[in-house]
Amino acid sequence: MRALLVACCSMIFVVGCKTTEPTYYYGAYPDAVYNYFKADAASISQQIATLEEVIEQAREKNKAVPPGVHAHLGMLYFEAGNSGQGVTNFEQEKALFPESAPYLDFLINNMAGAKI
Amino acid sequence: MKQIKYVLMLVFISLTSGCVSLPPSHDYSTFRSADPRSIVVLPPINNSKEVVAPYSIMSQLVAPIAESGFYVFPVALVDQTFKNNGLTVANDIHDVSIQKLHDIFGADTALYLTIEEYGTSYVVISSNTVVSVSATLVDLRSGDVLWQGSASASSEETRGNSGGGLVGMLVEAAVNQIVETVTDKGFDIAAIANTRLLSADGYNGLLYGPRSTKYGQPVKSEKQK
Repeated sequence: MRALLVACCSMIFVVGCKTTEPTYYYGAYPDAVYNYFKADAASISQQIATLEEVIEQAREKNKAVPPGVHAHLGMLYFEAGNSGQGVTNFEQEKALFPESAPYLDFLINNMAGAKI
Repeated sequence: MKQIKYVLMLVFISLTSGCVSLPPSHDYSTFRSADPRSIVVLPPINNSKEVVAPYSIMSQLVAPIAESGFYVFPVALVDQTFKNNGLTVANDIHDVSIQKLHDIFGADTALYLTIEEYGTSYVVISSNTVVSVSATLVDLRSGDVLWQGSASASSEETRGNSGGGLVGMLVEAAVNQIVETVTDKGFDIAAIANTRLLSADGYNGLLYGPRSTKYGQPVKSEKQK
């Protein structure tokens, strides 16, 4: 009886304390987005380097890249005048997250000479 | 035998007392049947005096939404898209028709946020950074409100009392305020507030989305019914 009670109590505690491992590796992604918004904190090329590093670190840790990282990086490449890398990263976002396809296709189709 | 009774009583008390102060559980029926996959975060309406508040809140929203199992649209790119279409004010963006939002983003839902409080205040004895946000999740296909919530977090929750009498406290308050503005404390506190608000692992947060391993499982507040 007592053993059962102890088992029950410890189970309650164990279950209550279980933490879940994050699905994605974020690294400096939130900081990079914040810096982009603040505009004066870091140059575009610095922000590109930060995000390339996040993607590299995720690969090393064998974790998934969070939604938006490739799309955000693509936007930075477009702003830096490198539309090749811009499109490549948009395509990577679409491949990882098909939910983004209609929006990113809309942007690519509307980009004829204009900004995003 | 008597001992066991005591133990049982203790367990019972600790379980019930833990539940007493919780607000009523959300009704998730509309959310669950709508079964959305993706969320586009609209630039928040800012009722605080801090210009950076919406930037900080948007940057810190990605993790809690993504970890709950939804696709979250790239917040800066979305903001840029509105700007390039002449929409620079959050209030105007919140007035855009759901049909139009659905056409552009192809998102199942949109998250409408209002920042109620954001910033560091210096009130003689202590300085404190507070972030409060409220949010509504709207289905862009039907117009239904799927979920609503609000949450706040403060730097005071984490700081210990340093002692050292009144002078010590005043010095600590001044130092804290310098530290809290210089290092952009609000950015860290925003992460806590947003997680409280949205995380499917929290109380009355979002449901688990299709990308979560817990997709379909009841969330915390549903289990307590």
